[in-house]
Amino acid sequence: MKQLVTTIIAVTAAVVMSLSATAADKLKVGFIYIGPPGDHGWTYQHDQGRLAMENTLGDQVETMFVENVPEGPDAERTIERLARQGTGLIFTTSFGYMDPTIKVAKRFPEVKFEHATGYKKADNVSTYSSRFYEGRYVIGQIAGKISKSGTAGYIASFPIPEVVRGINSFLLGAQSVNPDFKLKVIWVNSWFDPGKEADAAKVLISQGADIITQHTDSTAAIQVAEEKGVYAFGQASDMAAFAPKALLTSIVNNWTDYYIARTQAVLDGSWESTDTFGGMDMNMVRMGAFNNMPDDVKAMAEATTASITSGELHPFAGPIFAQDGSQAIGEGEVLDIGTLMSMNWYVQGVDDQLPQ
Amino acid sequence: MSAKIILEKRHNASPMMRYLSPLLAIGLTVIAGGLIFLAMGQPPLKALYLYFIDPLTSIWSLQELVVKASPLILIGCGLAVAFRANIWNIGAEGQLLIGALFGSSIPILFGDWQSPLALVCMLLLGALGGALFGAIPALLKNRFRVNEILTSLMLVYVAQLLLDWMVRGPWRDPHGYNFPKSVSFEGWHQLPIIIGNGRVHMGIILVILAVVILYWMMTKTIKGFEIRVIGGAPRAGAFAGFSQTRMVWFCLLLSGALAGLAGIIEVAGPVGQLQPSISPNYGFTAIIVAFLGRLNSIGVMMAGLLLAVSYLGGEGVQIELGISDKTTHVFQGMLLFFILMCDTLIYYRLRLLSSMPKLTQGGSLP
Amino acid sequence: MTGLEAFVLTVITASTPFLLAAIGELVVERSGVLNLGVEGMMVMGAVCGFGAAHLTGSPWLGVLAAILAGAAMALLFGFLTQILITNQVATGLSITLLGLGLSGLIGSNLVGLPGEKMQPLNVFGLNEMPILGTLVFGQDPLVYISILLTLGVAYFLYRTRAGLIVRAVGQSHQSAHSLGYKVIAVRLSCIVFGGCCAGLAGAYLSLSYTPQWIENMTAGRGWIALALVVFSTWMPGRLAIGAYLFGTVWILGLYAQAWGIGIPSQFLSSLPYLATIVALILISTNRRLSVVNTPASLGQGFVPDR
Repeated sequence: MKQLVTTIIAVTAAVVMSLSATAADKLKVGFIYIGPPGDHGWTYQHDQGRLAMENTLGDQVETMFVENVPEGPDAERTIERLARQGTGLIFTTSFGYMDPTIKVAKRFPEVKFEHATGYKKADNVSTYSSRFYEGRYVIGQIAGKISKSGTAGYIASFPIPEVVRGINSFLLGAQSVNPDFKLKVIWVNSWFDPGKEADAAKVLISQGADIITQHTDSTAAIQVAEEKGVYAFGQASDMAAFAPKALLTSIVNNWTDYYIARTQAVLDGSWESTDTFGGMDMNMVRMGAFNNMPDDVKAMAEATTASITSGELHPFAGPIFAQDGSQAIGEGEVLDIGTLMSMNWYVQGVDDQLPQ
Repeated sequence: MSAKIILEKRHNASPMMRYLSPLLAIGLTVIAGGLIFLAMGQPPLKALYLYFIDPLTSIWSLQELVVKASPLILIGCGLAVAFRANIWNIGAEGQLLIGALFGSSIPILFGDWQSPLALVCMLLLGALGGALFGAIPALLKNRFRVNEILTSLMLVYVAQLLLDWMVRGPWRDPHGYNFPKSVSFEGWHQLPIIIGNGRVHMGIILVILAVVILYWMMTKTIKGFEIRVIGGAPRAGAFAGFSQTRMVWFCLLLSGALAGLAGIIEVAGPVGQLQPSISPNYGFTAIIVAFLGRLNSIGVMMAGLLLAVSYLGGEGVQIELGISDKTTHVFQGMLLFFILMCDTLIYYRLRLLSSMPKLTQGGSLP
Repeated sequence: MTGLEAFVLTVITASTPFLLAAIGELVVERSGVLNLGVEGMMVMGAVCGFGAAHLTGSPWLGVLAAILAGAAMALLFGFLTQILITNQVATGLSITLLGLGLSGLIGSNLVGLPGEKMQPLNVFGLNEMPILGTLVFGQDPLVYISILLTLGVAYFLYRTRAGLIVRAVGQSHQSAHSLGYKVIAVRLSCIVFGGCCAGLAGAYLSLSYTPQWIENMTAGRGWIALALVVFSTWMPGRLAIGAYLFGTVWILGLYAQAWGIGIPSQFLSSLPYLATIVALILISTNRRLSVVNTPASLGQGFVPDR
């Protein structure tokens, strides 16, 4: 027993010394992840951003992360813990961390916070998100050209505005080349349930969809597409390795540039609370390689990507008709950001009733 | 001639082993944990220090420990009573969610009603919701003899989907850009904080009350005796005139109510609003807590704190050493294993037996 | 491919993991042991199966590894509950916990890797046959194994002497013991068999259903397998029917969405669980069905008197 006590004291002393020995002049940057960095989807891309940022800024920064943090009572503690660890900048990378981030930020006014996909800001809390729907417009156009049945299947996670925006943008893209294009939607009520996503893909294919796209994070659906000989798109990261024959392209979330810029701003002392909603123009949304499609479709996709990047084309430019046939916006106008942020209605041609 | 180790039933449960066995289990877990860290190429002593000691070294983390442990303790001591009576409520997670849903009806539907009474009503509704959801497996078990393990568990999934639907649909914050969360709870819809600007809230008092009352009930009242008799020897219980049916109702309503209370405390305390995910599997973790605490509410309190240490420590090793959060689950599983193994020593003793030829026939034994 | 055929194919793939895990647990419970660790054994099977297949490039070695992993977990359960006579409910739960944690740890480097998919059988090109070709001859080997296992277990329990002993042990371990049967050995072998089946079910998930490894990829299927065993009143034939009924409800929920019926998807997602509860009620109400087959000493530990 005595030995145990002395061991514990010795270890304590050693640990305390090693902690205090860490250099204080490095900027510590913390990340809170909703999933594991190896999910090959949402968290994976954030982690790629973190690694790239660390590589670029080298000795000036030190990064740390906590994975699989549930969006409940634990989130606030984990964020506060990072703040107490002496971090100068903390990225909280899921919507459900919004209120905990705001609460902790109040207690740590000197620490800078960056919350992804939320809408609450503070003097030391910025928000950032990407216009993923721009990528969905491009893949919608490709689907409109490639599909023989004129019907695509969409595996959706949860009915939040971001997902609804994606569905509408995809369909508007498809209808821009095939006005009669139809879309079937299955909600799997999960961001990550490979078994259910695979089943949903099979059901959609048997219901006549010959293109599958998903707003969930696993690669299960595109593997089913590969097996059944239909086409699919990757989500969040480049998933070509999982379906070399079926994958047309992927929408890639790219957080690298943003993370480098924001961390650099803290280092320079120029950081301010901002609200970033970046798209292809800021390289926050990128298209993967265009594969398995004829040259003319590829050329069209590249042209569309270019004109969205330049701002010439807006996916939600009028005229747009809502599902019930009413006109949502007229010719020559563009849906405003408020409507886009809270979107909870479908455009015409979606074969589904939106859960309200 | 070979020797083998056999178990021999003790005449009386060993009182010494009763206290020693949890300590032995913790010791074995620490050793096994150190070996796992070593196998992962991590410094075992530093990792163990971060895991088990570091969370106890600052006032802030001690407060967080209490916040994390309180739902586990509250649910765990209800489950402990049920498990004592051999009633296997595995669905506390669902009862917790329904409790949170019921209790949240006050701030969401009557947002303007600001009074201490509103908070009391929220807590009562939370307990009621949990109890009602616990009543379903009780009814099915008593009326149709359906196994409560399976029904209570299936109902967890149903509760999750119901909460999900409510928060995304009818109870969504009208000013929340259609995101899945309710209005934020303000004023008397939140549990008052009792220490400074930390997170320790009034709910802690309820937790301590529950622990004390249940301890008193189990040791000093007829009900406690009845539970122990029915659990220990159902037939003896029947002879004594104790009703198994009533016991099923009692245990599932009690453990359901406490889980529901824990749910509304989480929502009105640390979370502050209704949202799709309000519990990091508290209802399931509380099962370990109940067993670790030897199905006794004082023990459950210690066990809840111990598990909270492992959660906080798990985050510590992630941040400091980059060790995956899965180790926390492995630790918890191992802890439960070792405690079950060590418990055997309370009722049985190990004996080395050499298989000597026995005097079976002809020998006249005194 | 016709719509009906596609529907049936989807149902078969969805039902097979339930059947595989449940048929093993049925034997375990027939011997009087309740192992709530199915989920944990299954998820260990999934990760070990995927890992072995990934390392060796052979799905069959993956299947073997999965079976061994399930058996190892089961052996741990057996050691605790049979030798140390721990509480079966608590031990089963800890197997599940440990399995979920350990699999995540083992599999942390396997996440996001493309897997080795098990190829469907192709015997003499029979699956090219119109109408019934794919349905009858073009399935994954594990689908046939699940059906053969079910038939085998039925034969074993009712037509062999060993099966009779298993049922006797489950009925009353005291009388079986006094008849001279080795209760603990019988139960241990049944537990290990159950572990093998659960591991196999895990392999089906990570090598055929969705050929990849993801944490918690069993997603509660082990628990549903447990419910199916009760639903089947411990009879293999009913178990197969139950597994396929459950798979049908599971898939119908998705079809209902694709048809655009407009019922909240959360309600459709909860249908399989509600259906399970209703099925349990129906079965349990029928006393004749449930009492006759229920292993009378289910869940009770056995300490031999010497």
